[in-house]
Formats: sequence, C-alpha cells, structure tokens
Amino acid sequence: MRFKWSNFILFLGYLFLYFPLICIVIFSFNESRFVASWTRFSLKWYRELLSDPIILRATYTSLKVASLSATVSVILGTMAAIIITRFPRFSGKTIFVGAIAAPLVMPEVIMGLSLLMLFVGMEKIFGWPSENGTTTITIAHITLTLSYVTMLVQARLHDLDRTLEEAALDLGASPLKVFFVITLPMISPAIILGWLLAFALSLDDVVIASFVAGPGATTLPMIVFSSLRFGISPEINALATILMTVLSIGVIISAVLIYKKKI
Amino acid sequence: MEMYRTEEKVISWLAEKAKKISGRNLLIAAPFIWICLFFICPCLILIKISFSESVIASPPYTSIIDWISGYMLQIRITLGNYMVLFTDEMYIRGFITSVLIAGTSTACCLIIGFPMAHAIARSSEKIRSILLMLVVLPFWTSFLIRVYAWIMLLSPCGFINSLLMKFHLIDAPLQLMNNSFAACIGIIYAYLPFMIFPLYSAIEKIDYSLIEAAYDLGGSPITAFFSIIVPLSAPGLYAGSALVFVPAIGEFVIPELLGGAQTLTIGRLVWNEFFGNMSWPTAASLSIVLLIFVVFPIVFTQKRREIKLLSKD
Repeated sequence: MRFKWSNFILFLGYLFLYFPLICIVIFSFNESRFVASWTRFSLKWYRELLSDPIILRATYTSLKVASLSATVSVILGTMAAIIITRFPRFSGKTIFVGAIAAPLVMPEVIMGLSLLMLFVGMEKIFGWPSENGTTTITIAHITLTLSYVTMLVQARLHDLDRTLEEAALDLGASPLKVFFVITLPMISPAIILGWLLAFALSLDDVVIASFVAGPGATTLPMIVFSSLRFGISPEINALATILMTVLSIGVIISAVLIYKKKI
Repeated sequence: MEMYRTEEKVISWLAEKAKKISGRNLLIAAPFIWICLFFICPCLILIKISFSESVIASPPYTSIIDWISGYMLQIRITLGNYMVLFTDEMYIRGFITSVLIAGTSTACCLIIGFPMAHAIARSSEKIRSILLMLVVLPFWTSFLIRVYAWIMLLSPCGFINSLLMKFHLIDAPLQLMNNSFAACIGIIYAYLPFMIFPLYSAIEKIDYSLIEAAYDLGGSPITAFFSIIVPLSAPGLYAGSALVFVPAIGEFVIPELLGGAQTLTIGRLVWNEFFGNMSWPTAASLSIVLLIFVVFPIVFTQKRREIKLLSKD
C-alpha cells in the first residue's frame, strides 16, 4: 500500500515535469496555428523554420559562441580546478576561490549589466571591443560557465587517488607530463561533462547576451525570446522539439559513456 | 676558479627556480587574470557607476573622479541613486514582489520536491539512477523552451483554456497568464531539480532502521516524519531552498514572459532602467542593493552552514 503511494507521487511529479514538454512536441506537428484544435499531422512548421534565414544565421552564431566559449572555459576551468585542489595556499587564494564560484549565485541581469559597463569602459580607453559583436558574448559566456566547469573538475580532482600522480612524480616524470599522462585521462569524464554543460548554458543564455551583444550579433535565444513576447508561435514548437531531441540525445550518450567508464 | 664555480652554481640554481616559479605562476595567472578582468573589474565598475549621476550623454553617466585644470582632484559621489530606491514606491514594491514570488516558489518547490525526493530515495537501487536522470533531463532542455511550454499551456488561447472551452466548462478564457501566479509556476518548473537533488542526497543518507525503531516504540508516521526525517534532511532542505531562492529573486525572463505588466520584479526593474530609461546609475544601484541585502546574506549563511556540517563530519 505504502509503495503504491510513493509511486503515485512520482507519477504526479514526472507528469508535472514532462507534460508541458510533451505538449510542445505534439503541437509542433499540428498543421493549425492554434493549439485549440488538432487539424492534421504536418511538418509545415519545420519547413518554415528551416527556410528562415534569420533563424539559421542566429543558430550558426549561437553554435559558434557556445563551442568557442565552452572550449576556452574548459581549459581555464581545469587550470583553476588544479590550482584550487593541488596548489598549496598562496596569497589571494581565498579571493580566487570565491571569485571563481561567485558567478554561480550572481543574478544574470547583474552580470550582463556589469560586463556591458566594462566593455563600454574598455572601448573608451583602448578602443576595443569596438563593435560589441560575438566576441563580447563569448567572453561573457566564458566568465559565466567557468565556475560550473571549475566546480565539476574540482570535485573529480578531489576524489581522485593521488598516489598515482605521486608515484609518477617520484619516478621522475615532470609535472606537465604527469598531468597529461595520468591526471587528464582520469578527469576526462568531468571535463567532457563540463564542456557539455558550458555548451548548453551558453546556448541557453538570453539575458547576458542581450546586454553585451551589439547590433550585429543576434543569438538564437535572443530571437526566441523576442518572438515569445508575442505569445505562441508554432515555429518555436518545431525549434524546441529539434533542440530537445538533440540535447537529450547528447545527454543520454554522455551519461551512458560515463556510466560505462565507471564500470 | 672556485669562486667562478659557485657563481655558476648559484646562477643555474636561480635559473631553475625561476623556471619553476614562472611555470607555476603562469598556470595561476591565466584563470586569475580572466576572473579579475571579467568578473571583479565589472563589479567595481558597477559600484562606481552606482555613485555617479545620470546624464544624457554617451556613456550616460558622469565620472566621479575629475582632474580639474591640472591640479585639483575632484571626487563627486552621488548617493541620490540609493536614496531614490528607498523612497520611491515603485522600487520598494519591486523588492517586495520579488521576495514574495521567490519565497512562494521556494515553498512550493519544497512541497513538490520533498515527496519526490523521498520517493526516489526509497525506490529500488536499479531504477534510482534512471529516476534521477529523468529529473535532470528537462533541465538540459533550453530554459526559454521550458518557459514557453507554460505560455502554451496558460495563455488565453492556450491548451488549458481551449480544453475547458471545448467542454463548455467556461465561456470566456480564464486569465491564467500575466499574473504572479504564472510567474511562480514558471519558477517552480524551472528550478524544481535544484530542490530535488540536495534533498535526495540528504534523505538517501538517512538510516531507515531509525524509523522502524520509532514505529516499534509506538510513534505514528507523522511523529516519525517530523522528529526523524525532517531534522535529518535539514541540510538538503536548506541547500535546496537557497538554490531555488537565490536565482528566483534575480530572475528576469520568467516574470517578463509569464508575469505580465504588474509583476515588476527587481530583475525586470534593472532591465527597464537600463534598456528603457537609459539610466545606468539607477540600474547599477538597484543591482548593488539586491546583492548586498538579498544574495550575499543567503549565500554566506549557507556557506557557514556547510562549513559547520563539514567540520562535524
């Protein structure tokens, strides 16, 4: 009896989590513009979406920004995680650790606002970044995702058996070689997960990008956001379905890979 | 000859030391410089601009430090931006709205999340990881899409209203969207995983023989729940609440899209001051007040609690 009760709770909980998303997927195949009536199955909205040059350009911009910022963020984040877990105390370490983690709790609006003010100030003094294009969005997204990547890699480094690294150092390997031959392969699941998370976060962000983007650069979320202000639009259903499919396939593959590696 | 040798030794020792130090420092320097330049610097600029005056120019604020006729240093600090925030009704109401919406959403997340976390923690080990993954999976789909899903459900010509109208339960569409109720639902939906995960990891650690013992000693399920499960899952409860409340209080997208015109949260006020009124100093001072009075206290108490917990273990 008790067991069934908990199943019922889980059913309701997952219904709440998944029902809205399932609705999107179903109505993306509806020919009618309105959700009120199901007319018939059609791929009309997908066709319209894929022939929209503005959306295609924005998708390209978003993917470019996301992959670049995820890559830089993973490199810097791994460095930061090594500093936090492997280096002895140095002056300013507490500030460093705090500042790395701070973007996690910083409201997006404030981060966007302060970064824009920095870019405007820099432009006034150095004349760079003059056009506020994708460079500024990339920089902002690296700063945002750096903390997430650092947390993930740091947790992994913390749990790692250090005897292997110490043995290699004792046998005369240079610290750099120890890192690339021993540490890096062992933390690679966390790095891959960090890259995916950074990529997803960058692809997702609308607030910070809206602040720092110039007139030339429009990311996909910015377009989605502006069209959502006018209510329901079936193209967004189609776009959402595509995005959900791609992201869930990515997450499932990486989860399976990590799960297999553990065994 | 001897002297020359020691000199050589000293130099080579120094060179080796320098090489080591520079490699190490270089590693520290890269992320450090990045964080200083793109996180700490912007925060300092934000503080600076919050003390300057708004003018119609580009950039639209006055500088607070001026070098007048080559020998006079003039520092002008304006407190007006802060004074306005504490006297103008709009901003005060904005803070109250934000706290109410974030608080209600956190409470609802707790009410929905606790039974779910409990059920997941008590399910068999095989399906537990799948259940947990199902909680995170929506989190990986785009944030905007999750908000959009609720626009589709709640809007006047949305799914719920169409369904109700079709079965003639209502004549005119209900006003489900563009109010603080819709904003709360959006926040609950977006941040529920942040509540479930810490709760789950706290509940999972509870030794269930304690509860059996409580039953054996004649305790009712309700007493067992409040005197064993709740206190033992308190760390997860606090962590989850902080993880929902902190992003919810500064949230912009959800109240903007679901909350309608009257749900003016601080996030929206900052956005409007910046994009609508071009008043950078007001936007900056609003941000600083939000950080100092709401975000910092929660984060610090949460950190203190975590450190206390760690030292106990």
